[in-house]
Amino acid sequence: MSEVHTKTSILAHQFENLDQQLETDTLGIWVFLVTEIMFFGGLFACYTVYRSFYLPAFEATSRVLNVRLGALNTMVLLSSSFTMAMAVRSAQTAKRNALMAFLALTMVLGVVFLGVKAIEYHAEYMEHIIPGVDFAPQGEILQHLSPGGLGHAQIFMCFYFLMTGVHAIHMIIGLGLLLTLLLRARRGTFTSQYFAPVEVTGLYWHFVDIVWIFLFPLLYLIGGRY
Amino acid sequence: MSTTLEEPRAGTRIDYLNADYGWKSWLFTTDHKRIALLYLISITFYFFVGGTFAVLMRIQLIEPQGSLVQPETYNRLFTMHGIIMIFFFLIPSIPAVFGNFLVPMMIGARDLAFPRLNLLSWYIYMVGGIFTLYSVIHGGVDTGWTFYTPYSSTYANSQVIPVALGVFITGFSSILTGLNFIVTIHKMRAPGMTWFRMPLFLWSMYSTSIIMVLGTPVLAITLFLLALERLFQVGIFNPALGGDPLLFQDLFWFYSHPAVYIMILPAMGVISEIIPCFSRKQIFGYKAIAFSSVGIAVLSFLVWGHHMFVTGQSIYAGLVFSALSFLVAIPSAIKVFNWTATLYEGSISYDAPMLYALGFIGLFTMGGLTGLFLASLSTDVQLNGTYFIVAHFHYIMVGGAVMGYLGAMHYWWPKISGRLYPEAWARLAAAIIFVGFNLTFFPQFMLGYLGMPRRYAFYPAEFQFLNVMSSAGASILGVGYLIPLVYFVWSMRYGPVAGPNPWGATGLEWQTPSPPPTDNFEYTPIVTEDPYEYSKQEVGLV
Repeated sequence: MSEVHTKTSILAHQFENLDQQLETDTLGIWVFLVTEIMFFGGLFACYTVYRSFYLPAFEATSRVLNVRLGALNTMVLLSSSFTMAMAVRSAQTAKRNALMAFLALTMVLGVVFLGVKAIEYHAEYMEHIIPGVDFAPQGEILQHLSPGGLGHAQIFMCFYFLMTGVHAIHMIIGLGLLLTLLLRARRGTFTSQYFAPVEVTGLYWHFVDIVWIFLFPLLYLIGGRY
Repeated sequence: MSTTLEEPRAGTRIDYLNADYGWKSWLFTTDHKRIALLYLISITFYFFVGGTFAVLMRIQLIEPQGSLVQPETYNRLFTMHGIIMIFFFLIPSIPAVFGNFLVPMMIGARDLAFPRLNLLSWYIYMVGGIFTLYSVIHGGVDTGWTFYTPYSSTYANSQVIPVALGVFITGFSSILTGLNFIVTIHKMRAPGMTWFRMPLFLWSMYSTSIIMVLGTPVLAITLFLLALERLFQVGIFNPALGGDPLLFQDLFWFYSHPAVYIMILPAMGVISEIIPCFSRKQIFGYKAIAFSSVGIAVLSFLVWGHHMFVTGQSIYAGLVFSALSFLVAIPSAIKVFNWTATLYEGSISYDAPMLYALGFIGLFTMGGLTGLFLASLSTDVQLNGTYFIVAHFHYIMVGGAVMGYLGAMHYWWPKISGRLYPEAWARLAAAIIFVGFNLTFFPQFMLGYLGMPRRYAFYPAEFQFLNVMSSAGASILGVGYLIPLVYFVWSMRYGPVAGPNPWGATGLEWQTPSPPPTDNFEYTPIVTEDPYEYSKQEVGLV
């Protein structure tokens, strides 16, 4: 029973026991992910409408994006999902050092992803393909588009920046969550009884990963270059 | 506070109100009951702000040439009235106040599943409200509450971005509240509290939460796109660059039609609590009412196109949306029939909450039936954009949702405050509100049928009589809303002590003292009975 008493600070007052707390936290994050699906779903729906309206311009503009960096980032993010899954496993089996190592590794991969994304954004800025602000594409890929087609290309770039930008914001939030987990893990907060925050953050991280799995083909690969 | 009027015991008992004093104990509270009161104060403020805009509009419309403002100002009045009443009063009203207060108590829990998230929801709501008030101070918005593009993106000369951001931010408060309720109802029920022993208020809160969680993110992304479009003219909704303005309307109504049910479903839940209590009868058709709530939530996502019959949407889409809109009438009617069947051979008493409940049934039925006129393609072409629409949705929103809200205020106020309000004044106010409401909005049905368009600052002289009637009704309605404000505040200090269960009602929330202790119950209750066991119940408590 003494073990139960040491857990009272971890068990929030509204719950009867840690099992109920874990179940509640897990259901909470799943419902939250449903709202996230609806949030991104609105964007995907708009993208789909305009892609069906303006397929040629969308395909042409897709070729402007740097598919090599996109593919690299896909691999980086998939690896980070693996390390995150290992972190959750380490938490469940109460391996503190492994937990901290995997959390740190996940963060490193997340930062690499954002760094690569920043390089891409910078290149697109240099090519003057920022919609609304500075849209005067120089490269030969978009030269043959009519003025109307350039408007459609601008819509594509708009969705590119919106979707990857909102995704990057989710990555940054995820990195913040991982950092707090890392600090709490160092203090030895997590045990084989209490690992809900790690599991919940893991689900969030995998969700952000899956969003990218949809973004990559829809944005980078529809040009049919390969 | 006052000790002289309380029972000797009550003065010493620790409850959630006197557990702690000082502003920190309120602003940093995680107690669902205190957060409910924070919401109650905030939404009451917004109700009177939104009401002020309505008063100014009705003064303007007393004379055909307008008696108060220029058309530009009038556009801002009706826009801000709509935005504040819908996003800052009606949507949070019953869920954020009574849902917060009652969901844990009705299932026998100590708090919601995520108390800190609950407090965060209130802060998010307040931040969104500050953005909106900022824009009101700087001239408001003139786009109509629907923010239709390209008007809101290209042509508006007003504070579109702060208001869109305000509504965007407030949306997250709604999402988090819905999430909290869903998880709480799934995981926090007391032993013996099965799904079909839950009070019907919880079924309606659950259905409402589903809509909040699924619909609000879509509104959020839509307003986000709108703000970007207005800031950078990127072409998402701009036809000049290939954007589609109708896409905005589709996305907007994908949330905003279900949002109508965010406002009315909680009120239906309140009515389902009040009717059996003041008929002293088991509710008729428990499962039918429960499932009709869920049915309304599901159907609500399939009918948004009926707002767009005259926009150039395809006629086949119009046909389908029309048919689906008619389907919503079925679960709504199921509720009305079950409530009236509950009244049948009941021992009815006409206390103030019951007056609001009966008023709700009548006014909601009117609002619902006129909705069928608008769901029909051919009549909608005639009535769209007229005062008929205005009258229809005010019968649902004010005659339905606000009546339900006031019914809830009167029913649960003794539980919230521990005090009774003056019953005679309360009945008088209910009667004044009913008369004032009908005098305000029934003439608008006639005006719309005769062809008076909505959203104009001026109108032809032949419509003046009905407009004067409407403005007269609005002044009566305004008095009716001020009276409860006065006696509720009065009763906090001078009202008689209510005791745990002044109505002799069933339900776990009545089995604990009023006001409840911070943890709601001294022991976790064990539920052994169905709800609404009024037939075998002995009034009063263990």
